[in-house]
Amino acid sequence: MEHTSFGDQRNATFSFAEEDHTLANALRFSLNQDPQVIFCGYSIPHPTKAQVNVRVQTTDKEARVILKDACQGLMQMCQHIRGTFDKVVNDFRTKNPSGNHPSQDMDSD
Amino acid sequence: MSDSEPEAMAEADGVPSTKLPPHLELRRTRVLCKVDAPDNTDTIQYSGAYASLGHENSLRFADFCKDFRVDITRISDDDMELDMVGVDPSIANAFRRILLAELPTMAIEKVLIANNTSVVQDEVLAHRLGLIPIKVDPRLFDYLSENDTPNEKNTIVFKLHVRCEERGQRLTVKSNELMWLPKGSEFLKTSESLTSTSKPETYTSFTCSQDSMPEFAGNPIRVYPDIIISKLGFGQEIELEAHAVKGVGKTHAKWSPVATCWYRMLPEVELMEEIEGEKADVLKQKCPAKVFEIEDLADGRKRATVARPRACTLCRECIRDGEDWEKRISLRRVKNHFIFTIESTGALPPEVLFTEAVKILEDKCERVISDLS
Repeated sequence: MEHTSFGDQRNATFSFAEEDHTLANALRFSLNQDPQVIFCGYSIPHPTKAQVNVRVQTTDKEARVILKDACQGLMQMCQHIRGTFDKVVNDFRTKNPSGNHPSQDMDSD
Repeated sequence: MSDSEPEAMAEADGVPSTKLPPHLELRRTRVLCKVDAPDNTDTIQYSGAYASLGHENSLRFADFCKDFRVDITRISDDDMELDMVGVDPSIANAFRRILLAELPTMAIEKVLIANNTSVVQDEVLAHRLGLIPIKVDPRLFDYLSENDTPNEKNTIVFKLHVRCEERGQRLTVKSNELMWLPKGSEFLKTSESLTSTSKPETYTSFTCSQDSMPEFAGNPIRVYPDIIISKLGFGQEIELEAHAVKGVGKTHAKWSPVATCWYRMLPEVELMEEIEGEKADVLKQKCPAKVFEIEDLADGRKRATVARPRACTLCRECIRDGEDWEKRISLRRVKNHFIFTIESTGALPPEVLFTEAVKILEDKCERVISDLS
């Protein structure tokens, strides 16, 4: 990952290789949720190159720190989603027991 | 100065001081489906979007945990439907994109054709073989890099040898004819001089047989059974070896673990006024998705009710007949409620696919964090 910032550390562009809308759009959401972010957006400079630039401008903290927080926030969110999902699946399975386990039963018919 | 500081801190922390007025709350949380086009489709992500109204728009983690909900409507061996409530579209879409393009599976990548006299050309045959889903957990395997030699940890070998022996018959070759070779390739490399070394070399170098591994003992690797590969006429023969490796859907769709995966937002149908009598019958008739029902009131009148809003496809048939109908019914979609459907191809059950997709997004975040530290 590349990080460009001229003088003022509050404004920076981060360039991620081998990433696309999947991460950038989710990160933009996470960054926008932070009241310390003045502006954030992302662009994909060329559609055939696996690269995405994320622009972050903040009120007073370093953009790098804010981006890190945003990532942490997103990760926390994912962990909560995963935990909730696993619990719901288990509950569903105990309520609707179906004998065969899909992972064991390799036949389609 | 010091007196005003706690207040400023509280504001920065994002304490919601006021609620949004109902018309703005509606636009914030619903897509409005008008007769010509859906309106108000964007999500307002910026935390300060309603700052002038004293409303904090950011989502705090505690609130997220409180409001987030998953409901499962159906799980089978190869597909599931779930409701994910309380997430932003960007997160839901990230999961969908990861499921389609970034979750690894095993798929046939190299086909060594010894003999093919069928009408299906070698390259077409190889392509068809590539698309056959292999029922094996990809987490048990490694990626095969360019300089790696194929071994038992990164390659699965299948053999296909069929010949139509009966005169005047057509033999249909189905995917269950693909035999797993747990000991690796059986084809010998011909380029080396056979006399020089003791052991003849094959196209793979397995150190042990795959069926001796605990994961596969008594659980042979199979492919999806009844896919037609080719049809053979009398005397025609196919003899080949297919090597499957690990990959992801963005390289080629054959590695995608899902047949497809999609979401739709929860439809919401509101009757803005009482619809009674003949009009109620007309409304019930109009809807092809059978969203409306008629309820009999005590005094013998009939009234339309919204019985199955979830079935609404937003075809807008009910609001098409003039402005009157547009005023009577409001079609909306809930912006943070996703009805997610996952159709697995059989490598992993759908609920495992979803958890793995969430893990991949976590990994991506973790990579960025470690890059920044």
